[in-house]
Amino acid sequence: MKKIKLALIPYSAYALIFIVAPILLIVLYSFQDTSGALTLDNYLRFFDFSDPVYLKVLWRSIRLAFISTVICLILGYPMAYILSKLSPRVRGTIAFLFILPMWMNFLLRTYSWMSLLERTGLINTFIGWINGFLPAAVQIPSLNIMYTQWAVVLGNVYNFLPFMILPIYTVLIKIDQSLIEAAQDLGASRGRVFRKVIFPLSLPGVVSGISMTFMPAVTTFVISRLLGGGQNALIGDTIENQFKVVGDWGFGSAMSVVLMILILITMGFIRRFESDKTGRSVLM
Amino acid sequence: MNKRRHPLSVLYSVCIFLFLYAPIVVLIVFSFNESKSRGRWAGFSLRWYQELFENSTLMDALKTTLAVALISSAVAVIIGTAAALGLHYSKKRIRNLLMNITSLPMINADIVTGISLLLLFTFIGLKLGFVSLLLAHITFNIPYVILSVMPKLTQLDNNTFEAALDLGATPLQAFFKVMLPEISPGIVTGFILAFTMSIDDFVISFFTTGADVNTLSVAIYSMTRRGIKPEINALSTLMFITVLTLLIVVNVRSGRDVQKREKERR
Repeated sequence: MKKIKLALIPYSAYALIFIVAPILLIVLYSFQDTSGALTLDNYLRFFDFSDPVYLKVLWRSIRLAFISTVICLILGYPMAYILSKLSPRVRGTIAFLFILPMWMNFLLRTYSWMSLLERTGLINTFIGWINGFLPAAVQIPSLNIMYTQWAVVLGNVYNFLPFMILPIYTVLIKIDQSLIEAAQDLGASRGRVFRKVIFPLSLPGVVSGISMTFMPAVTTFVISRLLGGGQNALIGDTIENQFKVVGDWGFGSAMSVVLMILILITMGFIRRFESDKTGRSVLM
Repeated sequence: MNKRRHPLSVLYSVCIFLFLYAPIVVLIVFSFNESKSRGRWAGFSLRWYQELFENSTLMDALKTTLAVALISSAVAVIIGTAAALGLHYSKKRIRNLLMNITSLPMINADIVTGISLLLLFTFIGLKLGFVSLLLAHITFNIPYVILSVMPKLTQLDNNTFEAALDLGATPLQAFFKVMLPEISPGIVTGFILAFTMSIDDFVISFFTTGADVNTLSVAIYSMTRRGIKPEINALSTLMFITVLTLLIVVNVRSGRDVQKREKERR
């Protein structure tokens, strides 16, 4: 048995070099200026309350991710509920249909929304076609959300909705049916059964879903870049920009550290509410 | 239980599916479009499929993507399985510490993981390219292998392994003959997960690859700035159909296995 423990050595070494050391390096770089001298300037620049350019970007990222998560929850919960009510054979197939789109490259799926949303895109062409049949008084206005915050929200909702539906669905199908029957036998109405029994029992799935949509939505830079255009940069865009364009790695690292701390705090907070066996297993 | 399907719930499901599949349908349909436009239909054509196979940038990117995915998942399976074994038999304190470290790349934002690896490669003076890309993919793949193998080890009966040793097997023999067959489903799951994650990754590859080595995702991203060529629609249609076929085959086969096992139990 002693020898088996030796199997841990290669991985311990690997984890030390490729997981621990890189994170320490980010922290180290965040305290350096472009010449390599130690400094606090990177953090002072980020937390500059007299000219809060970067704090505003962070705030925008959190706000848009929050809106996207709320919409995902509002759209996703009823879907998960409907799915959980189907017979076990059918619901497996339908749940599979929610995972299927994720097998197509997400850059392409997001890019495809551009063809749909553009001023002369497919949705507006379709609206124009319908308007041809309608009297002039009830024309449908054309949809012009491309390169606005709402396009970013739409991209987030589109990409992360399955991550909200599946954990909730997984928890809902595991609810002990006898609890629901007991509540009904005791005279509770359908709405009351939902409010007092089903919803509280599904909360761990909701919490999982929230963490699995909110986290990637805060840190994305692709969706905002493709659909939001230049003026709706998020914290992810700003970090990417520092590394790939500006070349100020110190400042980019400092923003990464702030983001990392934010994520760890949120995850620590969420883990308290999350039961261990929820939707993650479905997706991973 | 209420089995009646409300028409509203059917309508709602249809709307959600429409939302999820609209961009995919658009992509597939326009891969057969005669013209270059991504908003106007100009007639059916297989032109972009032909041009795809003549496009060396995309073909090279496809090869890189597949090579990186295969090699990185294979290496991750070896290191990850060994790690899971070691973790299973180590003291609780060491196990908890290492498991926390292991979950870091999964919890952390991809952009932070990507940047941290970029800093590491720069720090040790490794030129960004195929090797750095591969190391990065191995790094984010190992956790998926460990997390797939660990549960199988907990289900394992420790006595069989010791019995094999008592009967004179060397530890390696005992591992390959007794333990490996039991945990192999976890290893296969780990490999498939790692492979998928590797193919799907954009952000980490974007930061850890050099100018001359492109994965498909990176190639697509650089194209989005100049306008995507319809060849890429053709390529993703082909990949989507491949994956769909594979998934259906795997599902049908595993469904049959379950039925067989149930029959045997009776």
